Amino acid sequence: MAVKVEMPKLSDTMEEGVIASWNVEEGDTVESGDVIAEVETDKATMEVEVFDAGTILKILVDEGDAVPLGGLIAVIGEEGEDISDILEEAESESGSKESSDEEKQEVAKEADEEEESFDPVFGDLDEKGNGQPDDGRIKASPLARNMAEEQGINLANVEGSGPNGRIIKRDIESYEPSKAPAAAPAATVSREDKEHRVSQMRKTIARRLSESKFSSPHYYETIDIDMSAVWDARKQLNEISDTKISFNDIVVKACATALRQHPDINSSWQGDKIIEHGDVNVAVAVGIDEGLVTPVIDNTDQKGLQQIAVESKELIEKAQNRDLQPEQMEGSTFTVSNLGMFGIEEFTAIINPPNACILAVGAIREEPVVEDGEVVPGKRMKVTLSSDHRIVDGVSAAKFLDTLKRMLENPLGMVL
Amino acid sequence: MAELQFREAIRAAIDEEMSQDENIFVMGEEVAEYDGAYKVTKGLLDKYGSKRMIDTPISELGFAGIGIGAAMNGLRPIVEFMTFNFAVLAADQIINHASKARYMTGGQVEIPIVFRGPNASAGQLSATHSVSYDSMYAHFPGLKVIYTSEPADAKGLLKSAIRDDNPVLFMESEQMYGLKGEVPEEDDFTIPIGKAKVKREGSDVTVVAHGKMYHVATQAAEKLAKEDVDVEIVDPRTVKPLDMETIVKSIRKTNRCVIVDEAHPFGGFAAEVGYLIQREAFDYLDAPVQRVTLPDTNAPFAKNLFDEWLPSPDQVIDAVNTVTYRK
Repeated sequence: MAVKVEMPKLSDTMEEGVIASWNVEEGDTVESGDVIAEVETDKATMEVEVFDAGTILKILVDEGDAVPLGGLIAVIGEEGEDISDILEEAESESGSKESSDEEKQEVAKEADEEEESFDPVFGDLDEKGNGQPDDGRIKASPLARNMAEEQGINLANVEGSGPNGRIIKRDIESYEPSKAPAAAPAATVSREDKEHRVSQMRKTIARRLSESKFSSPHYYETIDIDMSAVWDARKQLNEISDTKISFNDIVVKACATALRQHPDINSSWQGDKIIEHGDVNVAVAVGIDEGLVTPVIDNTDQKGLQQIAVESKELIEKAQNRDLQPEQMEGSTFTVSNLGMFGIEEFTAIINPPNACILAVGAIREEPVVEDGEVVPGKRMKVTLSSDHRIVDGVSAAKFLDTLKRMLENPLGMVL
Repeated sequence: MAELQFREAIRAAIDEEMSQDENIFVMGEEVAEYDGAYKVTKGLLDKYGSKRMIDTPISELGFAGIGIGAAMNGLRPIVEFMTFNFAVLAADQIINHASKARYMTGGQVEIPIVFRGPNASAGQLSATHSVSYDSMYAHFPGLKVIYTSEPADAKGLLKSAIRDDNPVLFMESEQMYGLKGEVPEEDDFTIPIGKAKVKREGSDVTVVAHGKMYHVATQAAEKLAKEDVDVEIVDPRTVKPLDMETIVKSIRKTNRCVIVDEAHPFGGFAAEVGYLIQREAFDYLDAPVQRVTLPDTNAPFAKNLFDEWLPSPDQVIDAVNTVTYRK
C-alpha cells in the first residue's frame, strides 16, 4: 500500500514550505526515520522524516518549489506499485499544472499557425516577416544583442531598421546615446532591475510585522540611562565569568527583573482578554543575512547573567547558521532589539507579536554630563520602549522604564 | 603550373595515380575505346591497356557492384558514371554495400573506390537528367562526397579520393569540363578531403557555394561589388565531411550568410549548413540565414522555365540584399 508524504507543519506559524533539497531520488529505498528532504519554513530549515519504510516511487516537487501545508511531495510504497490513483488525485487538486498544460497546447497551436506561412518551394511566404504581429517584444538580431550588451546600450533606446523594427548591427553601430528617446546623460549606463524570490523568512517578517504595526497602536517612550555603573560592573564580572558578558546580556537581565515587577508589560492582547504571562521570557532580535529572527531565553528572570550570556551566545550562533529550532523562537513575552553596536543612538522598533512591548537599545555614548553642578565624563545610553496602547498605557510604560533605569544605574539591585 | 581544362585536370589526376599504383583501374560506359563520353579519359587506353581501362555495358548496377567487389579484394577502382543521374540505378550497391560493408564487417573490409562523373543539370536535359545528387549521398554515413568547382581543386581532391581507403563520390559538371584554370603539375599535389577554401574575401556577407553554384555566386559577387557590397565566398569543395570551421569563421566576420545549392531544398545541403550555422554561429548572426536552391519541383524542359528553376546570380543577389537589409 503506497503512502503519501505530505508537507508537514514544522512550525506553528508555517503555511507553506520550500523544498530546500532532496536527500533521496526516485527508486531509493528508505527506512522509518530517514530524512528524505530539507524544508525551508518561515523560521528555519527543517528536516522531513518519513515514518514508513519502502521505495520512493515518486517525487512530485522540485527543489526550490513551495508547497502548501499538507501538499503531496512524494509517494512511498513497494517497487512497481501502481500509484496512478494517488497521482491523479494530487493532479486534480493542483490547478496550476493544468493551466501549464494549456499553455503548452497554445504554443503548439501557434507553431502550427506559423507553419502555414511556410512554403517548401519558396520558404517563408512573407520573407521579410511583415506579417508577424507586433507583440511588444524588442526584436534584435543575436549579434545586435551581443553588441548592445558589450557596449552597455539599452536596446529599448535603439530604433531598429530591420523588418518589424528588428534592431540590427548597423543600428547599434550608428547609435548615439544623446538621441535616445530617454535622453539619458551619455555617461550613465542603464542596468536591468533584478528580481529576487521572496524567501519564507522574508514573507514571515513582512506578514507578522505588518500585522503588528497596522493592528496594534504603537507609541514610544525614550529614556536616557547612566551606564557608568554597568560599565564598571561588567569589567569586574568578566574577570570572573567563563563566558564574556555583553552589555546586551545585562540589559536583558535588567528587563527580565523589571518585568517581574511590572507584569502589565509582560502581557499579550487576545482581543477579548489580556493574558498576563506567568513566565518572563525575553527574546533577542538577531539580524542575519536573510532577515532577522528572535530567539528566546526562557525564564530569563530566573537565570544569572552568566547563564544568559551562554544561552544568548549559543542562540545567536544558531540563528546565524539558520540552525534554530522553531521552539527556540516561540513563547517570548518581551523582546530586546539592540543596534548599539552599529552606533545607532536611538531608534524605534516594531512590537514582536504577541508581545506588548519591545525595547530598542541604542549605543553607549561617552559624553560630558553635569553632576552636582560639575561637568564630568559620562557614559549614557538611550533606550526606547515601543508599547501596544491596547494593553499598556503611557504611565505604566514610564514606570517600567524608570525601574529599568534604576536597575542599570545600580546593577547590584539585580542581584537582590 | 599549367592552364588546364577541368577534364584535363581530372585526366591528369587519374593518369598520375594510375602510373604510380597498378591496382588502380578505370571502368565505365565508353571510358576506353571512345576516350570517355566527355573525353576525360582520352589516351588512357593506349597508355594503360584494356586490362586497366574497361568499357562496360549500359548496366550501372552491375558495374558498380563489380567495382565494389574488386575494391574489397584489394584493387582501387575508379568507376565512371556517364552522369550521376544514371547512377540512381547503382544506388543499391553504393548505399547498401559500399557505404556499409566496412562497418558491418567490423573493419575487416576496406572499399577504396571512387565513383565519379558529372552531377546535376546541364541545360535543357529535362527532369530525369538534371538532379544534383551530392546532398542525397551525403545523407549516408560511410560515404565521402566531393563536388568541386575548379580544375585545380578537381585534380587535388580526385588524387586524395583515389588514395582514400573509403568509398568516395566525386562529382563534376558537364558544363564545367571545358572550364580552364591554373593547375599545379607536381605529382604529389593533393588537396585534403574536408577542407573548405575562402575563394573571395569580403566583409558584408558570406556566400557558401560549391560545384557549379560557385560560379553563380562569383557572378553575383561581381555585380554586388559594383553596388559596394563586399561578398566573401566560401567553397566547401567537400560536401562530406563538411568543413564548418571555415564557414563559421567567415560568418563571425561578416555576420550574414547565404547558401547557394544546386540541390532541392528539403533536407538538402543548404538545410544542413543552415542548421549548423544557427547552432555554431547564432550569436554572430545579424540576419536569418537565406538559401538559394532549386525549387521543390522537377526540372522543366522549356528554356524560360528552366532559367527560372536553376539558381541564378540574380536570385543570389536578392538573397544577399535580404540578409544585408538592403531591400
